[in-house]
Amino acid sequence: MSFLTIFKVSLRSLGRNPVRSFLSCLGIGIGIVAVILAMAIGEGAKTMMVKEISSMGNNLMMVFPERRNRGPVSGGMGQGQTMTAEDAEAIKRELGHLVQGVSPQVRTTVQMMYGAKNWAGNVQGVSPDVLIISNWTVTDGRFFTDDETKLAARVCVIGTTVQSNLFGDDESPIGKIIRLKNMTFRVIGVLGSKGANNWGQDQDDVIMAPYTSVHRYLQRSKFNTVNMMNLSLVSMDDLDEAKREVAALLRQRHHLADWQDNDFETRDTTEIMNTIGSVTGIVGMLLLIFSVITLVVGGIGIMNIMLVSVTERIREIGLRMAIGATPRNILVQFILEAMVLSTVGGAAGVAIGIGASYIVGAAAGWPVLVEVTSAVYAFVISSIVGLFFGFYPAWRASKLNPIDCLRYE
Amino acid sequence: MAHLIEIRDMYKIYAIGDEPVHALDGVSLSVDDGEFVAIMGSSGSGKSTMLNILGCLDVPTKGSYLLDGLEVAKRSPAELARIRCMKLGFVFQNFNLLPRTSALENVELPDLYMGRLNRRERKARAMELLARVGLKGREMHTPAQLSGGQQQRVAIARALMNNPPVVFADEPTGNLDTKSSIEIMNLFTELSNEGITIVMVTHEDDIAAYAKRHVVMRDGKVMRDDLNDGTGRKSQDEVARLVKEALA
Repeated sequence: MSFLTIFKVSLRSLGRNPVRSFLSCLGIGIGIVAVILAMAIGEGAKTMMVKEISSMGNNLMMVFPERRNRGPVSGGMGQGQTMTAEDAEAIKRELGHLVQGVSPQVRTTVQMMYGAKNWAGNVQGVSPDVLIISNWTVTDGRFFTDDETKLAARVCVIGTTVQSNLFGDDESPIGKIIRLKNMTFRVIGVLGSKGANNWGQDQDDVIMAPYTSVHRYLQRSKFNTVNMMNLSLVSMDDLDEAKREVAALLRQRHHLADWQDNDFETRDTTEIMNTIGSVTGIVGMLLLIFSVITLVVGGIGIMNIMLVSVTERIREIGLRMAIGATPRNILVQFILEAMVLSTVGGAAGVAIGIGASYIVGAAAGWPVLVEVTSAVYAFVISSIVGLFFGFYPAWRASKLNPIDCLRYE
Repeated sequence: MAHLIEIRDMYKIYAIGDEPVHALDGVSLSVDDGEFVAIMGSSGSGKSTMLNILGCLDVPTKGSYLLDGLEVAKRSPAELARIRCMKLGFVFQNFNLLPRTSALENVELPDLYMGRLNRRERKARAMELLARVGLKGREMHTPAQLSGGQQQRVAIARALMNNPPVVFADEPTGNLDTKSSIEIMNLFTELSNEGITIVMVTHEDDIAAYAKRHVVMRDGKVMRDDLNDGTGRKSQDEVARLVKEALA
């Protein structure tokens, strides 16, 4: 008896009891829906996080001055006074082959005023390279230039949150004079909106001005120190080399002896990515474990139905054996029945799972990403479940004695 | 001429408790091509065991069984299945049709396991056999839509599907009313007249009356073996046995 014929026999047997067949599919189907849903949501969440991280910056590497302790009190990250704007210029000059943009950054919080309105917020003193480094865009007007940075021009670009609070929706801010800490600055551009970052902070609540201007007019500092430097590498592949070279350059510039520790620290987004990766990995693993449990439950459901089916159809088995079915024929028939049940359940589960993923995504506002491979995996897994859980009932059927089967009442 | 069925000195011993039970106790029997044999006896006489072994559903404890020239006494379940498929047809007391399956598909079933015909040929042969047993026009009926007698006709058509040398019938009229029983037995008689070999087990004398030879069993032995031609003439086997006994 050919395989195809046994397959047809199996299909016909299942068709004789459609309600039961449907119910046996259900367990596996639900399991597969869970698998697809888990994978889709997991992938979606991961993609979203990766996107957000990369929105922080392009091949971003950050350099902070070391933490300074005053007695027992820690000064916190970026509070040391060891790093200067000249360090940033030196990196750009010396390491051009590794670094495509360097921006020193100084931060200060100011009260800002325009007409009768006022708003308190962050001013970031940066260089024009920040556009390359941090994926900022200018939607209205322009960003300040290198010349304006060198001359410490009193110009600034503002984020959309600052714009709406100082100017409202109707007035164009371009060319307007605002006051920051009683110094007048001209608004020359508006930054494209970036929305909230991973931690819920409004990235558009910002003003950017040349770091030189912030130094001179807002911080009124005699020193040229910066809070941090943002570097954009030519390629993330060179990260380790870039870290080494930057460290070597800064150690040389800071006249550090061999026995002295670095007076700066570097950070990059791969570290953050790794953290997020391990978190989503754990969540994904949990979802996978739940899915596997559901699949096992579904498989046991199929095994249960198949055992009942073997007992119920014992006369049929006896008859098939009497008219020439070999034990192997019977074994294959019942395994195929179980596999058809589980793969049909699996296929329905894949279809429903994909649909449910998009519905859940749309309803809850989560991103979902259904991958073709996960659908294929689910399909293959469901047939393997059928094979695994169908084997024992089928084996029992094939070992039956035809005489006992025919006599069974 | 070689016999179609030839069993020699066959034993089937079951161990029930401590006491071995001899369901068959040194039986020898031969059946020739075209015979219509009724194996008779009360329950416990060994006639069902006999039929199971003749039908290759069971293996004897010892003894030899030549079926159509093939030694089949010691075979694996898979080999026995192939032998049943190619050499034997079965008709059971309770019909044993597949439920919710058309008469046509039930009749086609043996060839699915044999794989001798293509789909078109298989269907044509099954249709022909159903017409032969008087069920033309009811090919698509399921067993639930057929009477007992009609179901047994489907079973007979199924037994003939692979064109076997022998058809075994186990109490074929046991579940039927008198009228249906007569119809079924007339059908067996017709088949026998066409040259099909039939071995039937029954405990009813009026059913056995249709057969051309009676083998009566008791306590696992053949008690009587004679031709049913109204003369009470002994069959060749019986004569041979009696001669052997007399000489011994």
